[in-house]
Amino acid sequence: MKELEYPFNGREIIENKKRLRRRLLEREGVTYTDKKIAVLGGYTTGDIVQVLELFLLDAGIRPVFYESAYNQYYQEAMFPNPALEVFSPDLIYICTSNRNIDTYPSLDDPADDIDALLTAQTEKFTAMWDHLAEVYHCPVIQNNFEKPYWRLMGNRDATDPHGRVSFINRLNAGFAAYAASHENFYLLDLDYLSGDYGLREWSDPFYWHMYKYAVAVPAIPVLSYQTARIIRSIYGKNKKGLVLDLDNTLWGGVIGDDGPENIVLGPEEPEGQIYSEFQSYLAQLKKLGILLNIDSKNDEANALAGLKHPDSGLSEEDFICIRANWEPKDRNFREIADELNLLPESLVFVDDNPAERHIVREQIPGVSAPDFDRPCDMIGVIDRSGFFEVTTLSEDDRRRNDMYRENAGRQRLRASFTDYREYLVSLQMRAEITPFEPLYMARIAQLTNKSNQFNLTTRRYTQSEIEEIAADDRYITLCGRLADRFGDNGVVSLAIGRIEGDVCHIELWLMSCRVLKRNMEYAMMDELVHRLGERGVGRILGYYLPTAKNGMVRDFFADMGYTLIASEDSGNTTWELDIRGGYTDKNDVIRTEEA
Amino acid sequence: MTREEVYERLNGVFERVFDIDGIRVSDATTAADVKGWDSMEHINLIFAVENEFGLKFNIGEVNKFKNVGEMVDMILERT
Repeated sequence: MKELEYPFNGREIIENKKRLRRRLLEREGVTYTDKKIAVLGGYTTGDIVQVLELFLLDAGIRPVFYESAYNQYYQEAMFPNPALEVFSPDLIYICTSNRNIDTYPSLDDPADDIDALLTAQTEKFTAMWDHLAEVYHCPVIQNNFEKPYWRLMGNRDATDPHGRVSFINRLNAGFAAYAASHENFYLLDLDYLSGDYGLREWSDPFYWHMYKYAVAVPAIPVLSYQTARIIRSIYGKNKKGLVLDLDNTLWGGVIGDDGPENIVLGPEEPEGQIYSEFQSYLAQLKKLGILLNIDSKNDEANALAGLKHPDSGLSEEDFICIRANWEPKDRNFREIADELNLLPESLVFVDDNPAERHIVREQIPGVSAPDFDRPCDMIGVIDRSGFFEVTTLSEDDRRRNDMYRENAGRQRLRASFTDYREYLVSLQMRAEITPFEPLYMARIAQLTNKSNQFNLTTRRYTQSEIEEIAADDRYITLCGRLADRFGDNGVVSLAIGRIEGDVCHIELWLMSCRVLKRNMEYAMMDELVHRLGERGVGRILGYYLPTAKNGMVRDFFADMGYTLIASEDSGNTTWELDIRGGYTDKNDVIRTEEA
Repeated sequence: MTREEVYERLNGVFERVFDIDGIRVSDATTAADVKGWDSMEHINLIFAVENEFGLKFNIGEVNKFKNVGEMVDMILERT
């Protein structure tokens, strides 16, 4: 919803909160991920929670909230809390501010006392986070502290250990160190956020004294949005790539009219510097695994000539799909999504032309096309939109662009074969299929939250849930990696089965769309059946739970030789495979390796 | 600004904040008369009224209004 996209108008969100909520819930055809979120607050959090709900609904996450009593975050987290235990949160958000710092250094304190004070204050929080992890096994989001509203010693406050600025900076360093060394713990950088907004307005003391709000009312949406960004990312709702225009977006000028030598790019003039800085930003996004693509109204030769400009920070090889032609941009956009096997709404459209942005937004529901007036605002708008909020950074993320490029190589190879099986054989595929292993837990949790299309039950798991299942012998888990002559695809397929007597219920079965039609699902099924056979399981029950996005696997179990045994009005189907009478392997093109 | 003009704009504020189309408030309206007007929404109502009329209430004033009429008195005094 446009009203909830950055740069949103916080004042209007606050004033129209109820109306926005109603409109969000009235939307049709939205498949929600349901999440239970506990907000443990150090100040009044009611509005923060209600606005957070708007941003989450907009992202396809339907939250149910538990809110602590006013300023009871610490007590509710640390002491036995039956209500919270019954609620059983999927995620805990500790919402505090520098008003929650118990004791600040006093000017009379010797330096040693200040160090002890710092340790005590830091440990109060770290002990609480440790405790939450132990009791609730779920992700925890915690903000660091905004700078103080006033500085007793002026600038010296930042350097003198007695200063509040110094004290908060040191506390924040301690919080960051904890976040860097603990999985499933996510720091919300309130220090940056409040500075970005303007500390003087953020911490307007009127709201504290009047309502016990540690953040000014108009800034509440800014805080809620930041929280929503982290939650979106944890549950796999990040965007995956950019679809970029060329003329006046990656460089200044129109290359078809001006000629490649006359486009504005590089250090010579201010305008050229802007585009160079943007290209450099994109190159860094690419290193995070963000897929870069081009959608430009240009002859392809001109487009490529622009990327060969001596000052271009990006080259042809940095992009996965380049669509430079005279087709409508929304059509190219859809084709790019298809070619990447991604849903269109997982790509963001960047174009300097408001008319093109409008067309793409109108024609492809759910696509973000951020607005900006000046080219120098592109980085700021994309960055603050939080499309690519990084909560985990796996090796797969870093390698993602390479993998998609390798796929382009496979496509070319495929075109040289008329027989599909021969093509598959020529890929020289090797699969490694093992139970969930510690090294891959982050990637496994990430996959369960990201995969929508080739996903039979669309169950989402946190990393701690995955770890528990992996360690529980009532379950069988499979994690499949696939490599071939072009490269390693990494972890691409997962299965979780719950074993009850001699029956196995397939609770999760998913595969990354990057390895569609490679027979990896056959290799996985073969492996599952073999392992279940060894454990004395005779029957496998498979479940298909339809969503708006997983239509491609409606007949998955039928293809795997299962028999339909139940079918509900909701579209849910149950399938059975009896392996007591033997089983014939289905995969004959992938070599399966023991780990 | 006349009292009527204040009410015209104030009704718009109530529509937005409480999501009630066509709501009409009057001097005698109190929180008990409007669905959703609790202490939390009161904060947002005050915020919206401040924005609509371009004024800032003082700390002592925010919780003093016994009814909408007293709020309108204050708005007229300030604008």
